[in-house]
Amino acid sequence: MNSTQTGAQNALSSKTKSVESVIEIHDLKKSFGDQDVLKKVTLRLFSGENLAVLGKSGSGKSVLIQCIVRLLNSDAGTITVLGEDVNALNTEGLGALRKKIGFLFQSGALYDSMTVRQNLEFPLRRMKKGLSQKELADKVNDALEHVGLPDTLDKMPSQLSGGMRKRISLARTIVVDPLIMLYDEPTTGLDPVTSDEISSLINEVQKKYKTSSIIITHDIQCTRAVANRVIMLADGEIHLEGTLETFEKSNDPLIVSFFK
Amino acid sequence: MENSIVEKSRGFITAIADVFLFISRTAKETFSRDFEFREFLRQCFQIGYKTLPLISVTGIIMGLVLTIQSRPALVSFGAVAMLPGMVAISLIREMGPVITALICAGKIGSGMGAELGSMRVTEQIDAMEVSSTNPMRFLVVTRVLAATLMIPLLILYADGLGILGSWAGANIKGEVSFVLFFSQAFGHIQFTDLFPAVIKSFFFGGVIGFVGCYKGYTAGRGTESVGVAANSAVVIASLLVIIVDLIAVQITDMVIK
Repeated sequence: MNSTQTGAQNALSSKTKSVESVIEIHDLKKSFGDQDVLKKVTLRLFSGENLAVLGKSGSGKSVLIQCIVRLLNSDAGTITVLGEDVNALNTEGLGALRKKIGFLFQSGALYDSMTVRQNLEFPLRRMKKGLSQKELADKVNDALEHVGLPDTLDKMPSQLSGGMRKRISLARTIVVDPLIMLYDEPTTGLDPVTSDEISSLINEVQKKYKTSSIIITHDIQCTRAVANRVIMLADGEIHLEGTLETFEKSNDPLIVSFFK
Repeated sequence: MENSIVEKSRGFITAIADVFLFISRTAKETFSRDFEFREFLRQCFQIGYKTLPLISVTGIIMGLVLTIQSRPALVSFGAVAMLPGMVAISLIREMGPVITALICAGKIGSGMGAELGSMRVTEQIDAMEVSSTNPMRFLVVTRVLAATLMIPLLILYADGLGILGSWAGANIKGEVSFVLFFSQAFGHIQFTDLFPAVIKSFFFGGVIGFVGCYKGYTAGRGTESVGVAANSAVVIASLLVIIVDLIAVQITDMVIK
């Protein structure tokens, strides 16, 4: 651990006193066979902030957020989300917690056999039972308006471009009003203009829905646009943690290779 | 060498355990609350209605070919009057169920393997899980039940068309009325011909649905996994259909003397 990291953590511990943390991870470990993907990760996500997690491919960034929603079970360590110990939850408890978390997948993960409308209605019908058809339609229209694609209601995912699929996927995530957003490489595979649009949408979601977010990315432009705080993962551990300024000023070769 | 054998044995035992775990999870979710009825109906439509053209053509050709092949032998014995009954019993007891099930293993089994495999690769199953939806209940239970229910209906439909094809075949080299042919055909069929065939058809449907879903649901993360899932779903489902048929024939033979 270097001095910059220690400084950043001191700053963060003073922040802890005033701002509530919505996710707390302590000594998280995850291995696949002989490969230790996450060795000892400890981090916090504070209420209302956008935390960008940087790292090379294979550094365990996506595994980290998959452990948070228990798509993957961690080998050791604790994950507390909104005061709940994720690993100790039963099926019902996990389902209830997942209703408060939005997860934007790298590929968009839109259901191919459903129209855009059905894609958005799918989580709504399950997470917010008892909504009338009109309320469903209003929520779907609002979410699509928010991502700037109100005319795609009856289109199939195969008729949409990569950027449009990402936006619809974001609409499907925000339609259920999550408290926490987990973005898995939201700008990967998109052109710079569309990437900027997605970054703006992430900021808008933070403001409009008052969400706290973890953004997994290796896109520095996106990081600069959305991050309130940044973490660099390397070799399964947190290499550096701090503000964007901390990273910009760092002389660490790995950080420099990202931010040059 | 020794390590390799141990590794292979461990892999085999793990694979068997995975299959039993998947069966128990499917059974548990089948009898749980919140049955996905709309998805079940959609799957019945996909499996039943959309397979009809293929089954229609197969059924008619099955009866036609069986008649054309059998007729000369029956004529030489002077037993051509037995043709409708013989074809009907062959179709209902064996050819209809097995050939239709093999066609369904190719179309429905591979379709399920490829669809669920691609859903796994493109993270759609994960997306379902984080949307507080149980993917086993929504994707697997509905498909297995729909296949178990619809494939026996497709088999009965193929049997009927097979007898129709047989009547057409009988009229190529002779002349027999529709009513006479069908009354002779159904006159020879007994309850003990139909009942075991229907029962084994449900098992064929269950096996095809289960193997297709298992292979797709447990597919790997790479795109090549989709092809592997579809291919192995067809191969394993077809093999299991033949094995289930063998077991069903043995049991029928023991029970009905």
